[in-house]
Amino acid sequence: MLYFSNLKIFTVLAVIIITLLFAVPNFFGKDQLETFPNFFPKQQVNLGLDLQGGSHLLLEVDTKEIIKERVENLNADVRRVLKKNNLNYSNFKVSNESLKFIVEGFNSEIQKEISELSMSNSQNILAMGDQTNLIITQEENTVQINFTEEFIKQSVSNAVAQSLEIVRRRIDELGTREPSIQRQGSSRIIIQLPGIDDPDRIKSLLGQTAKLTFQLVDTSVNFDPFNPSKAPIGSEILASDADEEFKYIVKKRIMVGGENLVDAQPGFDPQTNEPIVSFRFDRIGATKFGRVTQQNVGKPFAIVLDNKVISAPVIREAILGGSGQISGGFDSEEANDLAILLRAGALPAPLIILEERSVGPDLGADSIEAGQFAAIIGFIAVIIFMIFVYRYFGLLADIALIINLFMVLGVLSLFQATLTLPGIAGIILTIGMAVDANVLIFERVKEEIRNGSNMMNAVENGYKRALSTILDANITTLIAAIILFFMASGPVRGFSITLAIGIFTSVFTAFTFTRLLISFNAKRLKPNFVGLSKNA
Amino acid sequence: MLNISGTQINFLKVRVITFILSAILIFLSIGAFFVNGLNFGIDFKGGTLIEIETSQEIEISGLRDNLNTLELGDVQVQEFGSSKNLLIRVEQQLGGDQVQQDVVQIVKDSLGSFLSSDINFRRTEVVGPKVSGELIQSGAIAIFVAVFAMLVYIWFRFEWQFSLGAVLALVHDVILTIGVFCITQLEFNLPIIAAILTIVGYSMNDTVVVYDRVRENLRKYRSKEITDLLNLSINDTLSRTIVTSVTTLLALLSLFIFGGEVIKGFTFAMIWGVIVGTYSSIFVAAPLLRYLDVKREWNTTSAVDSTR
Repeated sequence: MLYFSNLKIFTVLAVIIITLLFAVPNFFGKDQLETFPNFFPKQQVNLGLDLQGGSHLLLEVDTKEIIKERVENLNADVRRVLKKNNLNYSNFKVSNESLKFIVEGFNSEIQKEISELSMSNSQNILAMGDQTNLIITQEENTVQINFTEEFIKQSVSNAVAQSLEIVRRRIDELGTREPSIQRQGSSRIIIQLPGIDDPDRIKSLLGQTAKLTFQLVDTSVNFDPFNPSKAPIGSEILASDADEEFKYIVKKRIMVGGENLVDAQPGFDPQTNEPIVSFRFDRIGATKFGRVTQQNVGKPFAIVLDNKVISAPVIREAILGGSGQISGGFDSEEANDLAILLRAGALPAPLIILEERSVGPDLGADSIEAGQFAAIIGFIAVIIFMIFVYRYFGLLADIALIINLFMVLGVLSLFQATLTLPGIAGIILTIGMAVDANVLIFERVKEEIRNGSNMMNAVENGYKRALSTILDANITTLIAAIILFFMASGPVRGFSITLAIGIFTSVFTAFTFTRLLISFNAKRLKPNFVGLSKNA
Repeated sequence: MLNISGTQINFLKVRVITFILSAILIFLSIGAFFVNGLNFGIDFKGGTLIEIETSQEIEISGLRDNLNTLELGDVQVQEFGSSKNLLIRVEQQLGGDQVQQDVVQIVKDSLGSFLSSDINFRRTEVVGPKVSGELIQSGAIAIFVAVFAMLVYIWFRFEWQFSLGAVLALVHDVILTIGVFCITQLEFNLPIIAAILTIVGYSMNDTVVVYDRVRENLRKYRSKEITDLLNLSINDTLSRTIVTSVTTLLALLSLFIFGGEVIKGFTFAMIWGVIVGTYSSIFVAAPLLRYLDVKREWNTTSAVDSTR
């Protein structure tokens, strides 16, 4: 076990040196690294949000809303078909996921008509070919209509994908540094924002679905804005954005929607100097808007954002150019944010913030400092203790420990793993546990000497015998680290990573590097080198 | 020179005493679990946590009274490391995930108007009811899976008797660690789960080293009385057990003292776990083998033999 071929020595040293090279960039500033030659690794350890400061948000797409919307659309489709066929229905019930009603004369023709209408209305959601998206069951005169599970799944999945894209656009628009936006599970989105410790603005940007519509104000009824009567069929009552108490009555029919916008920019009204958002429609939007404004000159229309009326100007003349502006008494930041929201598009469903964790840059810096200091003190204590117990061999183990520590840093940099505060704790724990492999070997060596072996044989056998124990012992810790990795997220996951890397490097150094050091000195080894008194 | 080698301590002689001691501690832990319960942090209970640093010293009780008038339910204020660092905890609000978000703003506004000193918001954490429920579930599952994985691993590498003994010792360690959190009422949060999993790994590591030696001695001394053989094995590995525990504890103590407030709970759990884990591998795991009827006829030529 003590014999090393030259090739082996070379390989071991090469692995160690290369890993150590990857640790080097962490001791230099970013500017200094620029001056290094190209072949030199420049990646530094990736600091977690808890160390560099930043914000972590976990969002969930409100999938119930998506299904609700689909059911509402279906509701309208079904009623239209029934009416068209002059069927009288009663007991019409709309539940969370299905429609139920009693009707006479419902036949397969009508069933087909409903299916086809519903399919064509949801074409953009799902390309299922000829497959139907509805399950229609009929029992005497009672009809129940459900969406297929596949369709609901697909709708939700599409909505989440779309939300992810819109969240990304909104955050990018704000100019955040290196944000990370990822989908998690079926309906969640994780956002990591380095350097942002007060994500209020982002939260408020994400808290709005930003559904913009242009709807005509219903002028057919007398209406008191502060004490609205019931809206006639086809109209709805909406509150003003500026004043909850002030209501508008607007037609449900949407003239043009935000999906027809191609651009929105914040600006100032040249006359009043008030912040405004100017926008431009695409071709379809411009045509629609032009036609409606032409037909309704002199009447007011409402600009509605998330079911609140921002403003309701009167149409003075037909707006044919396809562009316009919104003024709603906002300040310039509000105008800016609204422009961002309009450019990024509307979310298909509201987002709910499930979790927020923000760390300020001070706390992060303090944590790094405290962690480094604790590591150094712990390190020195372990080094002294090892020399105290194992003398010369202890010194060898200490050299291996130092190498080991830098190797952990090198591997972290190489794989761009994230170092977190618990991760630093993992490294410090590794300092304590890394010597274990060497301790097991040295204890074996001592035992062999006590049983009468000469030094060379003792070292030889010590290594051989300790091998299976070391593997068994480290695999158990590794199992724990792996389970932790899969179960945890964020900072705690960082702990499992450093712990696992530490296990690998410590076993590696014990079996190669320390052994190599011992083999170089093999002929000069004496029992007291391993901490045994001469007469033991 | 430190020399713990070649000891001949009769560990099994005191096994009745240590078993009783362990039984009492387990009993106390379980009792505390049902009487006091765990003091869950916001990771598991949901709610809001805000850490602030102020330029002047703050009178905590005044601030606490002020925050408790906000109708946010129970608001706790405590010093965190120094008298200028405060930790504010607001309990979870009724009404689902969405409403939790408002708490931060309400507290920030109130702090701004109540305190005259500059405030630096060092940390803000909001955990809604959905996530906290999931975290506690996945934490519990992780611990069970880890213990089960150890059971299987030891069963493969050794024999079922060893597997059973090791896992009993492991359960002992986990119960005592959770127990110490019930008794001290230290905050139990996500990193503590990480600590418990690490303790599972560490304690197993310790136990495996002793068991490894037991197996080796079983091959070597086929007719030796089992009690003597276990004693011999513990003594053979005692030096290693102590040295590794001491180095690990040295590193952990340094982290506990100098590593900052944020990971103090985590480090405390680890230190306790290493002590308990070391104790249990010597005084629980190894002596248990005496009662588990370990196989004596080992095939001396094969190193790994797990079938009977």
